[in-house]
Amino acid sequence: MIETTLTINGQEHRLRADPRTTLLDALRNHLGLTGSKKGCDHGQCGACTVIADGRRINACLSLVCMMDGVEITTVEGLGEPGRLSPLQDAFVRHDGYQCGYCTPGQICSATAMLDEVRAGWPSVVTEDLEGGAALTTEEIGERMSGNLCRCAAYPNIVDAIRDVAGAKEAAE
Amino acid sequence: MRTFAYERAGTVAEAVGKTRFIAGGTNLLDLMKLGVETPERLVDVTRLDLRGIEDHRGGLRIGALVPNSDLAADARVRRDYPVLARALLAGASGQLRNMATTGGNLLQRTRCYYFQDVASPCNKREPGSGCAAIGGATRLHAILGASEHCIATHPSDMAVAMQALDASVEVEGPGGTRTIPIRDFHRLPGDTPHVETELREGELIVAVTLPPPPPGRQTYRKVRDRASYAFALVSVAGIVAVKDGRIAQAALAFGGVAHKPWRDPEVEAMLAGREPTSETFDAAADLLLRDARGQGGNDFKIPLFRRTLRAVLRELTQ
Repeated sequence: MIETTLTINGQEHRLRADPRTTLLDALRNHLGLTGSKKGCDHGQCGACTVIADGRRINACLSLVCMMDGVEITTVEGLGEPGRLSPLQDAFVRHDGYQCGYCTPGQICSATAMLDEVRAGWPSVVTEDLEGGAALTTEEIGERMSGNLCRCAAYPNIVDAIRDVAGAKEAAE
Repeated sequence: MRTFAYERAGTVAEAVGKTRFIAGGTNLLDLMKLGVETPERLVDVTRLDLRGIEDHRGGLRIGALVPNSDLAADARVRRDYPVLARALLAGASGQLRNMATTGGNLLQRTRCYYFQDVASPCNKREPGSGCAAIGGATRLHAILGASEHCIATHPSDMAVAMQALDASVEVEGPGGTRTIPIRDFHRLPGDTPHVETELREGELIVAVTLPPPPPGRQTYRKVRDRASYAFALVSVAGIVAVKDGRIAQAALAFGGVAHKPWRDPEVEAMLAGREPTSETFDAAADLLLRDARGQGGNDFKIPLFRRTLRAVLRELTQ
């Protein structure tokens, strides 16, 4: 058993777990944070996406014992009923989900993805590697390709993300 | 997943000499869940001081723990080595690029379906057990450099761009530091497909160095079954300089076609001094594909590879 201390949604947690325990299993089974979903468990579907030290990652491919000192944000840490994050709110308004299973991963991923765009990171479909990217449907599709939705709610997910990105640009 | 002992290394010296390092873990943990990898001990190297990208002899020295996303976003890489930035961005997903590291990317293992399925014989997973891919489903498999023991391909995009850029791999081992040119780093399968690289027991990749930016234009073209987040059927990393209407210099590396990032010096030598015409591109493709052999399910890769190479040469010489 290995002891790990990490911060989850602003709260410090100490955990004793078998070294095989993934961050995803620790969140769901040890800490009762079931927002992050187990889809494929192999890093292919993105349902387990959380934000670690500001970066989106697949919690299913991370060992929790390697996360000592890391700050994790899950979908529960982004907002809550009555106080939704802008993306959570936009997903509701645009009906960006069907069954809702992929939604926490989509929202965590999109939250961090918008930070990547603000930092000027290009994607493979960005024309000019050095010039920044407009959040077109193609750009959002490419940047969100690590998050699958079996109901194919993609058009509404893209609309929700564009809405938030546009609102942020207008506020700046 | 089989159980294992876990330890964290604080310094490179502490890590060197041990076995089974884990950094990003995006490939290793996946394979451990499948039972393909069963390490008894994992040495976590993520706390080592190998996260810098430094100017180095007119080029760059990239720490082995630099995440793929950071390397692709680095201003010098975007400006001077766009083939590398494009290759990195063509690989995996945003989440995986945030975890996957430069050193780990070089060591990622084939996505051959039979290698990943422990119920199938596989000479790479279990030497001497046979190869279920030969005569099986071969859509992703090699058309160049394969052997009767293994027809798997190397999955990395990053390594293909680094091959075209003449990168070197810096390793620290019990015997000291050594530098391996990337063209020699990965091996062809021959009769030992389980021996994939020149790394020796206990050696740790500490950095990858890039020579000064090459002259000419650079591109990375990847052809795959989906528009995003899929391994290459074929890919081409191209760097071509044109002078006075003729190709002055060409560096070309290929992914998805062989057990290692493929490079053919004869093709590059043949292109030098020629006019960039259709006939030249056809001749380059003929030479490149002179020993190509399909396995049935991947026969389509031969004409696909020809067309992709022609498209890249046309794009870079227009």
